[in-house]
Amino acid sequence: MIVRGAERIVANAEELCELDRAIGDGDHGTNMKRGLQAVLAKAEDIAALPTGEALSAIGRTLVMTVGGASGPLYGSFFLAAGAAIERGRRLPEDLVDVVTAGVDAVGARGRSTAGEKTMLDVLIPVLDTLKSEAGRADLLGQVKATARESTARTAPMLATKGRAAYLGLRSVGHVDPGARSSCLIVEAVCDTLEARR
Amino acid sequence: MSGNVGIVIVSHSIDVAKGAADMVRQMVGEDVQVAFCGGNAEGGLGTDVALILQAINSIWSPKGVAVMVDLGGAETNSEMAVEMLPAEKRGSIVICNAPIVEGAVMAAAEAAGGGSLERVRAAAEELSAG
Repeated sequence: MIVRGAERIVANAEELCELDRAIGDGDHGTNMKRGLQAVLAKAEDIAALPTGEALSAIGRTLVMTVGGASGPLYGSFFLAAGAAIERGRRLPEDLVDVVTAGVDAVGARGRSTAGEKTMLDVLIPVLDTLKSEAGRADLLGQVKATARESTARTAPMLATKGRAAYLGLRSVGHVDPGARSSCLIVEAVCDTLEARR
Repeated sequence: MSGNVGIVIVSHSIDVAKGAADMVRQMVGEDVQVAFCGGNAEGGLGTDVALILQAINSIWSPKGVAVMVDLGGAETNSEMAVEMLPAEKRGSIVICNAPIVEGAVMAAAEAAGGGSLERVRAAAEELSAG
């Protein structure tokens, strides 16, 4: 799962840069690629750890290697998710709690919330779907659909956080790169779980 | 090692960071310790948590350290760096919400006069009060 998520980002780095060139500084793809390649390099060691520690290790690696705001933002997600498990939450039964901890941490780190044209505009709808569709047989398909639809919905949004906010109205009409990278990771995780069935 | 609050400058560009640090030194000389960092791990534009940690530690002062940042990622990565420091240091660091060059010079001038960390921060942030 770690390898698949990381490879998906690495493979799509150019698209993320392209999105970021439109409304940011154009480095989201290379930053994420650098971070996820660092995760890939340690993937075997990380996979050998207990789940909570593995998530924390991914978070720390992203924080130390991404080199843009997305490092601490994605890093905080994984660190908080890992901490939730180390506090006694279990997967898969406590998935909603674990993802909630991660999403809350991203919001706190970025002092952001839904509707500001950020990665939260994918992560929050995905979390809502995890809650509303819990236990359904097609949960993973629903989550992926939510991720894709919510990513597309960032296009008409006006950015009020991050570098895109400097563009004001000119940020409208472009998909948010952070939303897109979140979507890629969510899809990769779902695909991996589906393949295991 | 001066007994004053230290200044750390974190820019996406090492050139901006160094230039701001030069301006600080011109203003306050050796009275204030100043460190700077900029760029990502590969030397491109960006910020790097490890470099920020190194800069903070290189001029650590028990009186505190004021961190000046430019754009979003510099602030987020600086916050992350502060959280990774031991608890006893964490309380003695502030990240200033101020224009990086002017803020650094104002903060350093206040620090050179022996101002407390809070006063140093206020001096820098006066510029963004509008």
